[in-house]
Amino acid sequence: MNYIAAIGLVIVSVSILGFLYRAIKGPSMADRVVALDAIGIALMAVVALFSIILNTQYYISIIMLLAVLSFLGTVSFAKFMDKGEIIEYERDDS
Amino acid sequence: MHLLQLAVLLPFLGAVIVPIIYSYLKRLHPGYIALLFPMSAALILISAKLTGQTVSSFNWMPRVGLNLDFNLDGFSFLFTMLITVIGTLVVFYSIHYLGRKEALGHFYCYLMLFMGAMLGVVLSDNVLALYMFWELTSISSFLLIAFWNQKEKSIQGALKSMLITVFGGLMLLGGLMSLVAITHTFSIREMFTMRETIAASPMFTVALCCILLAAFTKSAQFPFHIWLPDAMEAPTPVSAYLHSATMVKAGIYLVARFTPIFAVSSLWIYAVTFAGAVTLFWASFNAVKQRDLKGVLAYSTVSQLGLMMTLLGVGGISLHFQHDEIFYLSIAACVFHIFNHASFKGALFMVVGIIDHETGTRDLRKLSGLLQVMPITFTAAVIGALSMAGLPPFNGFLSKEMFLTSMFDTRYTDLFNPLMVFVLLALIIIGSLFTFIYSVKMIKDVFFGERRDLPKEVHEAPIMMLLSPLVLVTIVVITGLMPNILTPIIESASHAILNKPVEHIHIAHWHGFNPALLTTLVIILLGSAMVYFYSKWKRIYQLQPEHVTFNHLYQAALKKTETSTYYLNHKVIKSGSRFHVILIFCTLIILTAVTFVLQPIDFGKWQLADIRIYEMFLVAIILIATVMILKAKSRIFSIIMLSTIGYSIGLFFVFFNAPDLALTQLTIETISTALFLMCFYHLPKLKLYGETARFKLSNALIAIMTGLAVTVIGLVSYGHRFYPSINEYYIKHVYDLAAGKNMVNVILVDFRGFDTLFESTVLGIAGIGIYTLIKLRYRKDDSHEQTEK
Repeated sequence: MNYIAAIGLVIVSVSILGFLYRAIKGPSMADRVVALDAIGIALMAVVALFSIILNTQYYISIIMLLAVLSFLGTVSFAKFMDKGEIIEYERDDS
Repeated sequence: MHLLQLAVLLPFLGAVIVPIIYSYLKRLHPGYIALLFPMSAALILISAKLTGQTVSSFNWMPRVGLNLDFNLDGFSFLFTMLITVIGTLVVFYSIHYLGRKEALGHFYCYLMLFMGAMLGVVLSDNVLALYMFWELTSISSFLLIAFWNQKEKSIQGALKSMLITVFGGLMLLGGLMSLVAITHTFSIREMFTMRETIAASPMFTVALCCILLAAFTKSAQFPFHIWLPDAMEAPTPVSAYLHSATMVKAGIYLVARFTPIFAVSSLWIYAVTFAGAVTLFWASFNAVKQRDLKGVLAYSTVSQLGLMMTLLGVGGISLHFQHDEIFYLSIAACVFHIFNHASFKGALFMVVGIIDHETGTRDLRKLSGLLQVMPITFTAAVIGALSMAGLPPFNGFLSKEMFLTSMFDTRYTDLFNPLMVFVLLALIIIGSLFTFIYSVKMIKDVFFGERRDLPKEVHEAPIMMLLSPLVLVTIVVITGLMPNILTPIIESASHAILNKPVEHIHIAHWHGFNPALLTTLVIILLGSAMVYFYSKWKRIYQLQPEHVTFNHLYQAALKKTETSTYYLNHKVIKSGSRFHVILIFCTLIILTAVTFVLQPIDFGKWQLADIRIYEMFLVAIILIATVMILKAKSRIFSIIMLSTIGYSIGLFFVFFNAPDLALTQLTIETISTALFLMCFYHLPKLKLYGETARFKLSNALIAIMTGLAVTVIGLVSYGHRFYPSINEYYIKHVYDLAAGKNMVNVILVDFRGFDTLFESTVLGIAGIGIYTLIKLRYRKDDSHEQTEK
């Protein structure tokens, strides 16, 4: 079981490196944001595999959190790219 | 209350009472009230002396050693008499000198303050009290010099005297504290009994130099004499009182007081003697060229102070060897001259004040031929000036004879080699010659010659104004003709200075033919000739260029200090945070380097865990991201890389079994990334400034060195664990003591809950801070009105 988890960990790590390459290289901002989102999901996998190796259940909350954050991060990046700001004023005073 | 305490307290009381009465009774001149205080102080002091109540003590602050212990010995008594009697005369004189338009309340307040401080200086037996009163004289003198504070020159003169005398005052504190450190007592009289201990101490020279500097600055000795001529901007009663009779003699008092302790050292004797002789020569030489009457008197005061200092130095020899009793004469001469100088110089200043008051000018080139219109003033001036010049039958002649005799006697001592004796004699004889010249020239210029047009219609001064100088010149004449009425005072004062009995001081006009008399004759003849031919040789004063005078040096030093501190400020404070960060990092680097140079690097024992493959992966990711941040050309890219690092660190927490930390780290990282992005819109484009190779190189060097330093510190401290960790305790008791299974959380809220409390406070403060920063903005055009947005 542990061996399989370790092999999975290596595979996910290699994929993170691939995403990272895209995040650095990515010609447009969208490439980078998508790569970052993928890194977040890959991180969830890493944590899950790792908790298998360590035989512990304390990391489940981290996986949940990563999912939420990765979603939020991607959304805010997307909104930023779309409108230039993340939180808009409801009413425009001017 | 003890009489001595009362005497010191009285002037301070006066400083409070006189202005209060003045504010209620505008019609009465406050000088008449002020007159009461020095007079009653004098009477109290005399009665204290007569009834033998010469020691008093009052424990003021015994813990720090500041006690008001007063001791009225012969020397202090002489000084207290000078202070109170001349104080009375000066107050009386000032009543008629100062008009009603002046700020009279302030004047008498400062003057009384000074008087009390000066009495405190000469009576104090406690060194801290001595220092306290010493600084009080500096401060009150500052206030008095700047009395006409709308004049630029007054302010300048006051500032100068303040800077120089306070420098000396701090030196005095240092010297006195060294003495206290050696002897463990605050009492000067007890220090006398520990002379050998003091002389053997390594701090002896430090204490000696500090106290000498204090005395030289206060007494306007070369080269600290420059403040005194500038202090002549003060009202004339102040000049007469402070800058001739009392305050400038505080340094003389200090040297005399500490002679029993320090005169065992030849350094003390040389320093005091030659500083005095050089001052005597230099000031009397410069006094001749002055055009302002008060300038002449100021330089003359400096030179006479030099004379007293020389006498004290030579008198110190008598403590050096047991048999040198001829130098007792020197101390006696000093005491006598202190008295004489106070009398004739006080009179001369008052006379100059009268001339200024009646003619409207003090310029020697404008004044002349006042003999017919001001005969009484003339008489007083002539007696004072001839006494100053050292002519018989006035008292200046006697002290000058004693001075010359003791200077000639220096050839009998082993302490001075023939060259030194020769230099000393040359300095003092030339100095005395110039003393004669300026004294005679002053009288000749002011009172003889043609009458000229002056700013005011000249007539004799009112008799009330003349009274004080006349009293003083009467003293000059009486003590000149009958010097031996002063013998008891001189003997007891000399006894106090030398701390051993001095008897059979006999002062007489005729000592027979001796070198001193011969010198006086030569001085009179040569001096008269030189006064007569003054216009022929006055060009030698132009030989000294303006930019090598001490005044110029002082101004330049002041200016230089100002500009250099400004420059430093400009360089360090205003050069931006980048420079400050560099300073901080360089300090870290240097301190680390110095530590590891002094104590060679010892990494100790490492107990390392195995390195796992995914940890290496993560480290690689962090490294790549870090390098990418450094290379980043756009801001959003560096933000992304920063969050990559943050998430990787979160992952590290996962690897190292810290789920709570990982949770927090990931949340915080997301929030801060979002914050960065929020600000992003408002930020300017990423600007790379100073992109020169040198700039980059120096930054890189500092960064690498800082990283290296921190790394080395981390490695070394990892290798040296002196105590076992405390975590065993937490692991054992997390459940039974705190009823929790999550150890991190239990530590945060239970074992060490205070940290959490204040971290929450920090968070709250940050939140409020952000809110106020955003909400409470001021408009640029109107800084008082708040804006809504």
